[in-house]
Amino acid sequence: MNVVESWLRSWVNPDISTDEMVAQLTMAGLEVDGVESAADDFSKVVVAEILSAEKHPEADKLQVCSVNDGTDTVQIVCGAPNARAGIKVALAQVGAKFADGFKIKKAKLRGVESFGMLCSAKELGISDDHEGIMELPADLALGTDLRDALNLDDKIIDIDLTPNRGDCLSIRGIAREVAVFNALPAPTGPEIEAVEASIEDTFNVELSAPDACPRYVGRVIKNVDVTKPSPAWMVERLERSGLRSIDPVVDITNYIMLELGQPMHGFDLDTLKGGINVRMAKAGEQLTLLDGQEVILKDNVLLIADEARPLAMAGIMGGEDTGVSATTKNVFFESAWFNPIAIAGRARSFGLHTDSSHRFERGVDPALAELAIERATALLLDICGGEAGPVEITEVEDNLPKQATITLRKHRIKDLLNLELADDEVERMLTGLGLEMTARSSEGWIFKAPSWRFDMEIEEDLLEELARLYGYNNVPITAPVASLAPKAQDESKVALSALQNQLLNLGYQEVITYSFVPEKVQAVMDPDVEVTKLANPITNELAVMRTTLWSGLVQTLEYNQKRQQGRVRIMETGLAFRGDEQPRCIAGLAYGTRLPKGWFGNDDVDFYDVKADVEALLAHSRGHEVSFVAGSHKALHPGQTAQVLVDGKPAGYLGALHPSVLQALDLKGPVFVFELRLDAFDHAQLAQAKPLSKYPETSRDLAIIADQHTPVAPMLASAQQAAGEFATKVTLFDVYQGKGVQEGKKSIAFGLTWQSDERTLNDDEINAAVESVLSTLKADYQAVLRG
Amino acid sequence: MSDLQQVTQEALAAVAAAEDEKALEQVRVDYLGKKGALTAFMKTLGKLSAEERPAAGQQINDAKQKVLVELTARKEQMASDALNAKLAAETIDVTLPGRGQSVAGRHPVNQTIDRISEFFTRIGFEVAQGPEIEDDFHNFEALNIPSHHPARAMHDTFYLLDERVLRTHTSPVQIRAMENGQAPFRVIAPGRVYRCDYDQTHSPMFHQVEGLLVDEKVSLSDLKGTIIAFLKAFFETDELEVRFRPSYFPFTEPSAEFDVRWTKNGKESKWLELGGCGMVHPKVLEAAGVDSSKYDGFAFGLGVERLAMIRYGVDDLRAFFENDLRFLKQFA
Repeated sequence: MNVVESWLRSWVNPDISTDEMVAQLTMAGLEVDGVESAADDFSKVVVAEILSAEKHPEADKLQVCSVNDGTDTVQIVCGAPNARAGIKVALAQVGAKFADGFKIKKAKLRGVESFGMLCSAKELGISDDHEGIMELPADLALGTDLRDALNLDDKIIDIDLTPNRGDCLSIRGIAREVAVFNALPAPTGPEIEAVEASIEDTFNVELSAPDACPRYVGRVIKNVDVTKPSPAWMVERLERSGLRSIDPVVDITNYIMLELGQPMHGFDLDTLKGGINVRMAKAGEQLTLLDGQEVILKDNVLLIADEARPLAMAGIMGGEDTGVSATTKNVFFESAWFNPIAIAGRARSFGLHTDSSHRFERGVDPALAELAIERATALLLDICGGEAGPVEITEVEDNLPKQATITLRKHRIKDLLNLELADDEVERMLTGLGLEMTARSSEGWIFKAPSWRFDMEIEEDLLEELARLYGYNNVPITAPVASLAPKAQDESKVALSALQNQLLNLGYQEVITYSFVPEKVQAVMDPDVEVTKLANPITNELAVMRTTLWSGLVQTLEYNQKRQQGRVRIMETGLAFRGDEQPRCIAGLAYGTRLPKGWFGNDDVDFYDVKADVEALLAHSRGHEVSFVAGSHKALHPGQTAQVLVDGKPAGYLGALHPSVLQALDLKGPVFVFELRLDAFDHAQLAQAKPLSKYPETSRDLAIIADQHTPVAPMLASAQQAAGEFATKVTLFDVYQGKGVQEGKKSIAFGLTWQSDERTLNDDEINAAVESVLSTLKADYQAVLRG
Repeated sequence: MSDLQQVTQEALAAVAAAEDEKALEQVRVDYLGKKGALTAFMKTLGKLSAEERPAAGQQINDAKQKVLVELTARKEQMASDALNAKLAAETIDVTLPGRGQSVAGRHPVNQTIDRISEFFTRIGFEVAQGPEIEDDFHNFEALNIPSHHPARAMHDTFYLLDERVLRTHTSPVQIRAMENGQAPFRVIAPGRVYRCDYDQTHSPMFHQVEGLLVDEKVSLSDLKGTIIAFLKAFFETDELEVRFRPSYFPFTEPSAEFDVRWTKNGKESKWLELGGCGMVHPKVLEAAGVDSSKYDGFAFGLGVERLAMIRYGVDDLRAFFENDLRFLKQFA
């Protein structure tokens, strides 16, 4: 909210500088975002009057003006089309200096001398208006310094209010805060006297939705002249607050909203039929709003209607047909109280956000409606003339908000704030904020919240006010005291950091990619899993939730390949989003050479390099049975895809990206990727030490010939199984196809090791075991000993 | 005895002439072996008288010893020459780069989360995690933000098609931690959060660390002490100026934002906002099943990217999520 400092100081004027006030507001919780000046810095610009304006003899677009600057008549050459005799203007005299350092000197323009410059509002930094020179109000005294004449040293303080402080959305509200923080009496503002009715006219009001609108104050004012201009002081305050001057009725309602915080509406009385009915809309009713937008209403929208049609969305925006126009003669003022619950969210659901809805959503002081309408009446009669009818208050008292009664216990001040405050200090602070002390005892107090504070309901709210007034920065600084009762350390959970460090040590740079990805990428990377879409994505590039971390990794690869990175090893951990499941995963991608390019050969990374990295990760899943089986995944090369099984359950994939994926995503390959669900690492077993055998181990190497398509891992597992209870390991040391091995076959060489904990094994036992291995391999895999 | 002298001279000459260890061994056998030329002189002792024998024996032994010493020295020399030659042949260029995997680093945002987590776990907080697609209850309702509350507009929420949301803060993890445990609580929850906002200073996804302490005696001054201690530890300076401003969050009362005074590149120092905090609202305790008449608590939320930007001198928030390897490698 923009607060005009001079306006604020007309309500409350502590002896502090603007900077001090800004610091004070920020530390009071009314955060100041910025301070702007009403105008740029400039000097020697005065109020002057154009006495005559003649066409320049040598230039079509220039005029030669004779200008009275209060003491002399000076000649000025001016290019503005609106320069004409009789208007008051801003004259920068010879010697005037502008914010950008520009100085006015005596000049000759096309042969005619000019002793200064007539300024536009933009040149003075007053507004963006540069359509000609500024035309000043006629009542300004000639020769007056423009800064004084227009109060241009004024500052505009932009306050970023939190949603709980609806009470501060007015000069009156900010003034109340400033007064409290400077120990000044509560500000009263300009005196508002009730305007006596001079006519009998009223307009009937019916409250059909008293929950939503329990109070509606209306007044008829007849025979007004809305063609009269709003006074300069009002226009100036409105404009500095960020509102444009429209017509006197709108200006007055806006002015009162800014000054007191009560949004009002002015109807053209002659467009209303029958009486006002404040009711809920019927679904499907239509209304054309002031901004020209036609809306179809829902039944949760509160309406101001007459007997014929909807007139306005209550507390949000008026209708186009019934607003005040240039031909309006008779006005009906509305000053109502709408329940925040009935207004909240409604404007947003129509894509609207108005000064009025902003205030009603946060809560407007219900005690304000009458005061505001008196103020509006007085201003309207003053500016536009006319006769006022009586103020008509329609209300359903039971539905009006009750001022909260709040108990404050003394010990809670110490408990929650660690402050020792004297009783009278507590009372002074809280009553200063407008709370009414209704009871006090040795235990504490009972306070009644002021009607304008919708954020005061419970004891903590009062404690916050005390801390705020005392100063958050004055609250002591202590370390919390808690019992040292640590919980058991769970060693069955593999620390995520252990897995991340494993990959870091294997050269995978950690990245963090967006959890939302382009639908196109998602469709390429994981077409079989249904995606979760955002209802309101920022762009199509961030529109669906990733079902696999690969969707982010491939985009990172593309980004880096486009930046000449020839080798990419990256990893990420985070959630994947698969239907109702949000599994946490760890994923990696490798592209380019196996090791950083060097002098020792530069082979590209292959499946088995990356598989070793995945195996290193899986080594952390203590006690789980891990296996790799040939699998299929739409994003992966059909012949280079392994599914990872942990205890027989799918835990992820490893493989080369499919060439069509590389093409679709404009990637250079080959690219290898892997992803594992982290829950596969849950319930790791605690290591249990086993005594080492004292007896020697025995090894035999075997070479067998099998069909080239027979997977080796299951064969070796069978071999170990067949090798009997003392077989401790099987070690593959060669796989060969080619010369010396029949076409379509492969040779597999492996070592078997046996060891007993109790004795030395003899040759016969080992020979028998080897026989068993060979016969099993022959029976199950048609594999034979290599001759 | 001139014979002995002559043979000794011959032996010494043979030692000196031996080319390799094999030749040297032959010299040893030839002169000092059982049938060696010097050994043979011992057999002549029998012909001498008992008086002459010791002196003659001594002479022979001296001669043998002399040859043996020479022979041993020559042998050691040969071994040492051989080793030196081998070592010389094995010399490599130690300035060539090493062979091995590249060095990789943790993402600077996660490095920052690690530092934050380490501080808080050291003082007894546990680390908790929660879902990022949240239901309305945990993201809003339980945090005292009912459906039409104006505070919802502050959140720029991403909605899914089914009413669920991408969590707008890590605060729902507070609720989940309290629902699933028993007071007292000391929990931090680092993680990704989402807001529908994208420009130079806003990313639609960023990271927060939520902190929660619930116990029987907890005050605003404990909250201040905790935040200040953390910031001083994080920035490794006791000189840090920290301020607390009243603010508003529906789930805390009183609420505050905290700023540090920061000077960058010698320019005028500015207050930089680093996070929000406050005393847990009793409605939030109750919604999560904690007896608010017995327990108080404080909660805070730290903006991780802001901390990382200040700490590591990063100017553009977006660099964190572009994942340009040239950028990331600076943090390895």
